[in-house]
Amino acid sequence: MQLPLPFFPEQASNFAGNVDTLFSFILLTCLFFSVLVTLLIILAALKYKRKTPGEVGSADRGNMALEVGWTVIPLVIALGMFAWGAAVYVNYRTAPKDTLDIYVVGKQWMWKLQQPNGRKEINELHVPVNRNIKLIMGSEDVIHDFYVPAFRVKMDVVPGRYNTMWFRPTKIGKYHFFCSQYCGTNHAIMGGWVTVMDPAEYAAWLSDEGGALNPVSAGEKLFSQLACNTCHLPNGTGRGPSLNGVYGGKASLADGSTIVADEAYIRESILQPKAKIVAGYQPVMPTFQGLVTEEQIMNLTAYIKSLQTQPVPTKGAGVVPAAAGKK
Amino acid sequence: MHRTGELYGQFKTLEQQKDSANLGMWIFLVTEVMFFGGIMLVYTLNRHVYFPAFAMGSNTLSLKLGGINTLVLLASSFTMAMAVWSAQVGKKQLISMFLVLTVLLGFVFFGIKYVEYAQKFHHHLVPGRSFDIFYCSNHPDKCGDISAEEMEVERDLLNKTVALDPDLNAHAQLYYSAYFGMTGLHALHMIIGAGLLFWLLKNSLTGIYTPQWNTPVDTVGLYWHFVDIVWIYLFPLLYLIDRHK
Amino acid sequence: MTMAPQLPEKHYLNETYGIRSWLLTTDHKRIALLYLFSVTLFFFIGGFFAMMIRLHLLTPSGYLLSADAYNRMFTMHGVAMIFFFLIPSIPAVLGNFLVPLMIGAKDLAFPRINLLSWYVYVVGAVFTLYSMVNGGLDTGWTFYTPLSTVYSNSAVAPAVVGVFITGFSSILTGLNFLVTIHTMRAPGMTWFRLPLFIWAHYATSVVMILGTPVIAITLGLAAMERLFGLGFFNPALGGDPILFQHLFWFYSHPAVYIMILPAMGVISELIATFARKKIFGYHFVAAASLAIAVIGFLVWAHHMFVTGQSTYAALVFSFLTFLVAIPSAVKVFNWTATLFGGSISFDTPMLYGLGFIGLFLIGGLTGLFLGSLGTDIHIHDTYFVVAHFHYIMVGGAIMGYLGGLHFWWPKITGRMYSEWLARLAAVVLFVGFNLTFFPQFVLGYLGMPRRYHVYPPEFQVYNVMSTAGASILAIGYLLPMIYLTYAAFYGKVAGSNPWPATGLEWQTASPPPTENFHVTPTVTWEAYDFHNRPELGLEVPGGAAHAPAHGDD
Repeated sequence: MQLPLPFFPEQASNFAGNVDTLFSFILLTCLFFSVLVTLLIILAALKYKRKTPGEVGSADRGNMALEVGWTVIPLVIALGMFAWGAAVYVNYRTAPKDTLDIYVVGKQWMWKLQQPNGRKEINELHVPVNRNIKLIMGSEDVIHDFYVPAFRVKMDVVPGRYNTMWFRPTKIGKYHFFCSQYCGTNHAIMGGWVTVMDPAEYAAWLSDEGGALNPVSAGEKLFSQLACNTCHLPNGTGRGPSLNGVYGGKASLADGSTIVADEAYIRESILQPKAKIVAGYQPVMPTFQGLVTEEQIMNLTAYIKSLQTQPVPTKGAGVVPAAAGKK
Repeated sequence: MHRTGELYGQFKTLEQQKDSANLGMWIFLVTEVMFFGGIMLVYTLNRHVYFPAFAMGSNTLSLKLGGINTLVLLASSFTMAMAVWSAQVGKKQLISMFLVLTVLLGFVFFGIKYVEYAQKFHHHLVPGRSFDIFYCSNHPDKCGDISAEEMEVERDLLNKTVALDPDLNAHAQLYYSAYFGMTGLHALHMIIGAGLLFWLLKNSLTGIYTPQWNTPVDTVGLYWHFVDIVWIYLFPLLYLIDRHK
Repeated sequence: MTMAPQLPEKHYLNETYGIRSWLLTTDHKRIALLYLFSVTLFFFIGGFFAMMIRLHLLTPSGYLLSADAYNRMFTMHGVAMIFFFLIPSIPAVLGNFLVPLMIGAKDLAFPRINLLSWYVYVVGAVFTLYSMVNGGLDTGWTFYTPLSTVYSNSAVAPAVVGVFITGFSSILTGLNFLVTIHTMRAPGMTWFRLPLFIWAHYATSVVMILGTPVIAITLGLAAMERLFGLGFFNPALGGDPILFQHLFWFYSHPAVYIMILPAMGVISELIATFARKKIFGYHFVAAASLAIAVIGFLVWAHHMFVTGQSTYAALVFSFLTFLVAIPSAVKVFNWTATLFGGSISFDTPMLYGLGFIGLFLIGGLTGLFLGSLGTDIHIHDTYFVVAHFHYIMVGGAIMGYLGGLHFWWPKITGRMYSEWLARLAAVVLFVGFNLTFFPQFVLGYLGMPRRYHVYPPEFQVYNVMSTAGASILAIGYLLPMIYLTYAAFYGKVAGSNPWPATGLEWQTASPPPTENFHVTPTVTWEAYDFHNRPELGLEVPGGAAHAPAHGDD
């Protein structure tokens, strides 16, 4: 049933269904009693409305059977709610043995996560679908909380101790996670996305870049992902100059000046490509402002730096060849 | 304002007034139990978690001074009870005499406490930047009030304890935070008690307390006994952990 | 009664004049008015912060306040409302005024301590106000460590000291009530003839006495930690932040019962008076108050289910939490049953009474979702919790307070307010309240965490609803402030018992003389006995008493 307004988050973990069913049970019980009492009050208000100004109510005082009844029945229902909730909770606090363990550190105001093979993420969590995942969590400063509404799970992250939490994602997709223990200024933006992936894709994603993030390989990957390599052909025949040997060399610009091609020059060329055009080339490079993060720019720069030692073509080079003919 | 000894307007009988004052003081003492109870709980939990460090802390306290203070307070409770009795039997001069004794014993307690606190200050055992549980063992010349024999014992104990707890200094600082917190809170209550005793003394000299009416003596007596009982808990908790030779 | 009632010539308001006669009064009725002034001031302050919160949350990306400013708004809203408005409100205003009158006494047992309690409140308030204007406070009213003791850059210490001091005001009030109720009841006023308002305040006082000292020592230790670097709550120094939470909630959970039990006491008075019938199951309602007070001390760690505490502890606290719900349910059923066979009129206090039952019911029932471990994992620290406690605190406690103010306003001032305006305000309040807080239940289940100055855009529609409701709610609160104040000076003279109601407080003039009763009453009737009180001038069926008045039942 599609409602015009959302009421429930997506169900994307093994717990979600259980929690929603328990919630619905408690909701129905509460609705029953609310409606019952409200109707009784309305009924009494209508039936026993004062008829003459001096009228008084009847003299009855109580009824033991009723008292016992409306003590015992709610007690039984309450204990039922307790037991059901306890069962869900015990399950949630008892991680199975075969979990994929991910380490999580919360600090003001970001999350650092580490996958089993060492791959690190910031404010992002990638997990494979239908695997038991265990998060082992600590805090560097104050108490935070890792909360994934679509999974119906959360756990405080307390400095000085580890807390663990487990779940099994059941649906591929991207889901919010939030910090849900007030932790200071940027508590509200200390969140991110949990990406649940097909296991094969997860494995591929995981092994991408091997262990720790290698900036040069990351840059190389980006260079092709962002299609830089379609214009900046290494042999100088592309629409853009070859980047071999560019870093550290002198670039000859269209307005006649020369400039040493350092990190700042590379960064500017990515974000404001029309600022400095290499002589002989058209100002056709699109800007990547807003399309790349600082971290990605650093990776691209690292990759371009690594091209220092590559052979510089005689025609179509990005720099004046410093030692032409070498290599 | 009413003069002490009269029936206050909201009460109907002197007995109602007396009962109210009595009940009021008992309820107040219950709040004090909860108040001290909080910090005693914090102490007890930390002692359980950091037993070696807390035992070390306990061993740096003077059993002699603490023991004397305990006897002093017990004696002061006795003299206080005697003051109440004197009021009940109408021996007016004795009331003042016993009150004076109680105050004097209270001041003996303060004096000894001052000596202990001063010693802790000199030995760098006050929580803060300069806290150092190893200070005296590293600088025996600066801690002249510890005899060579006692220093040996302390050094030995420090070595044993730090082997059990490498973070000894940090955890011993927790002990001392609790020590100053609890004894400080207690001392504050005693100062208030001393003030109340002076007030009682001043009134008793005018002969106003009679067997028919001596509620303030009774009520302050309850308070003083309570403060004594708090010390009876503090002394073993703080001074007597793991005192072996 | 054919003559229009007259104001008595001399009463507690005009017997003495001048600022000194108010600031140095020991009359419980004047002290109640001193408190009325102070708590209303803090209601405005807390309300201002609430307005800032709701206005800011109209858009998902925050347009009104910076993150730090917003964090200060919700923190100071909580501190002002909880410690300086809700906890004192009914006990210090209505309780102070009525407890001696209801039991037939001339004053409380310790009138000077009563005055002292107000001054202690004022000193604590000054410290807290200082904090509010000197950088404010941004730790949340819960002061969790080590955020509050180590990392926060706001004026934590003065605020903590202020709350610490004000706690003693609470303790002194509770002490006074307990002793008064024990020793100063008029002849014939046995325990089971006491109005349920008194039972409620007795239970509340027990909680005040046992709980408040614990928050005092906890905040004291936190202040020491903040100022002098003690380490009990700081993991870097070997301490435990969870210990702070245990100590904090050991008081702060019973504190919510300090806030609701007096309101429940008021509701019993309102229902009985406007249904002209004894409260159904009087003994059970009285016992339920005590049960709530006692069991309320055993459930604190239900605020800590996701801290990583042991599963066993969580199970125990969840179980006890469900137990504490039962006495509240018993009260709701008894109030409802009272209506059957009654003679019901819909004067404003009754509207507040019925509104309370409905809103407290929702608030209390939503507590079940939070007490149940399985659902709590999802909704803890979300807007579901915010909605739950506002239903109880605002829909419950504040409605009880306003209902009581309206009911006893003629006794306090001698004059009556405008009935149609009051009913209008009650309805506006009810509508505004529900629109403000019901959407927050949905927000919470959808996953919007609390204390967020920005939020994902999909949550906006419910936030806008909530803010719209809050504007209506604000009007609902402003109206009584205006017409009650007007009525105090220019309202129609009410007479000693305009409703009429059965309590002893209505047997003396409106406003009462300073000494409350010219002649100490002797009680021979049960509470809410409309059948054996010919002096009320009502039409009792059969003419004579239906059942003889028993001392106890």
